[in-house]
Amino acid sequence: MAGADAAVLAEVVRSQVETHARFGGVVPELAGRRHIESIDEVVREALARAGVGVRDLGAVAVTGGPGLIGALLVGVSYGKALAYSLGIPLIPVNHLEGHLSAAWLGAARLAPPFVALVASGGHTNLYHVKERGEPALLGRTLDDAAGEAFDKAAKMLGLGYPGGPVIDRLAREGDPDKAPFPRPYPTCEDLNFSFSGIKTALLYHLRDREAAGRSWHVPDVAAGFQQAIVEVLVAKTLAAAGRAGVRDVVVTGGVAANSQLRALFEARGKDAGITVHIPPLRYCTDNGAMIAAAGARLLQDGRAATLAFEPRADWAIGD
Amino acid sequence: MTAIPAGPTIMAPPVAVWETTSAEATRAIGQLLGEACAGGETIALIGPLGAGKTCLVRGLAAGLGAPAEAVTSPTFVLIHEYAGRVPLYHVDLYRLDARDAVNGLGLEEYVDSAGVTVIEWADRAPAVLPGDHLRVAIEHLGGDRRRVTLHPQGARPAALAAQVAARHPGTGGA
Repeated sequence: MAGADAAVLAEVVRSQVETHARFGGVVPELAGRRHIESIDEVVREALARAGVGVRDLGAVAVTGGPGLIGALLVGVSYGKALAYSLGIPLIPVNHLEGHLSAAWLGAARLAPPFVALVASGGHTNLYHVKERGEPALLGRTLDDAAGEAFDKAAKMLGLGYPGGPVIDRLAREGDPDKAPFPRPYPTCEDLNFSFSGIKTALLYHLRDREAAGRSWHVPDVAAGFQQAIVEVLVAKTLAAAGRAGVRDVVVTGGVAANSQLRALFEARGKDAGITVHIPPLRYCTDNGAMIAAAGARLLQDGRAATLAFEPRADWAIGD
Repeated sequence: MTAIPAGPTIMAPPVAVWETTSAEATRAIGQLLGEACAGGETIALIGPLGAGKTCLVRGLAAGLGAPAEAVTSPTFVLIHEYAGRVPLYHVDLYRLDARDAVNGLGLEEYVDSAGVTVIEWADRAPAVLPGDHLRVAIEHLGGDRRRVTLHPQGARPAALAAQVAARHPGTGGA
C-alpha cells in the first residue's frame, strides 16, 4: 500500500516460489487457488504493518491484466468487494504500468518523462512515460522475452531453472569472444526485439560442436550468449531515449538483476549523457507496491473504474 | 546438453506435408489453418526449441483475425489469450511435466470452449488432448528449412486438415 505521494507504508509479498519451484514456473489453476487462500491474509498483514485500519484507505488499486485470468479474477473480485464495502474508488492497474511505476519507488523517486525498459521472463517492452496520460509503447519483443531466452539457454546448457542468475554467474568466468553470437535484431531503426533466433543459434552452435566431436566451455558460451542479449537491450533502450528526447532511463523487470546489463547501462549511459536508474530489485520483480504506486497516480488523474470492470488476460497499453 | 531432442513421434498418418525454407512460409501454413478454423478446435503443436512454433501461431492468429503481431511466446505465463473471430488460446507446456499439466492447468476449460486452443509442447502431456485434435509437427531440417506435417485425430480435424491441404498442396503425405 502506498500513500498519494507514493510513500510505501507496508509491503507484504506472498511468494508462490515454493509452490511453483517444482514446476519451474507458475501453474495457472494452482496460482488461482493460492491467490484465494492468501489474498485476505496478505491485505490484513499489510494494513497491520502500516498501522492503518481498513477505513483509512482512500482507494483500492488492483492488477487488472495482462496475466492468467484465474489469478486476475481473484484479485479483481477482492478489490471490488473492498472498494464497494468501503465506498472508495477501485483503480484497475495494468501490470506493465505497475512495472513502470517502480521508478518512483525507492530512493530515486524519478518523475516522468523518461524511457523505461521492462525486461522479465514474460515481457521485453520499451515505453516512453510522459508527464500525463498513458505510456507510449516504443518497442517490444516480437517473440521470446529476454528472461525467457536466458531460461531456455540455461536449459540447453543443462544449468537448471531459472536461467538468468546462473548464466550471469558463469559468464563472469567466461570469454565472450570465444563463443561469439550474432546480435539478435540489432538495428536501432526498429526498437522491437527478437530473442527467438539467438536461441536457435545456440542450439546449432552446440549441435555443430557435438557433431564435430568438440566440447564447449560452458562459461564462454554463457558469456557470449549473455553479451549478445545485453548489448541489444542497452543499445535499443538508449536509442529510444534519444529518439524520445529524454535524459533519464529506467530499467526494471527481473532481468534488471543481471550484473553485465547494469554495468553496460551505466557505462554507455554515461557516454550518451543519459542517467540510468535501476529501482531496488524488490521493486523490479513482481510486487504489490508498484501496483499501489501506479494506482495512486491514476487516482490523481481521475482514472477510477466502476464495479463493472472485468480483468483482461490480454490487456495491452500504449499500442 | 548431450543430445538434440528427437523428432516427433508420428501417431497418425499425415494428411499433408510441407517443407518450408523461411519463417514466412511456416507462418503462411498457420494462416491457412486459422482461416479454416470455425472455433472449438484443439491444435497440438509439436517441435523442438527454435522450430518455429510461435511463428506458426502468429499465422494462425492472422487467419483467425486476431492481432498476429501481438503474438509472443507464452512460455513464461503458460497461456496467452487473443481476441479474434473466435478467441485464440495459446498454451505452452514447455515448463511443465505431464502430471502438473493434467492436474493443475485447468486446460479442459479452454479445450471445451468455443475458441481455438493451440498447445505448444502438447507431447509433454498427451492426456490433456481431447479425442479430436489436429497434431501439427514441425521438424528442423537444418538452416532455415523445416518440415511441417498435419496429423488429424477424428473426423472434424481430418476435414480441417483436408481443407488446408487442398488450398496449399504439400510436398508429400497421403
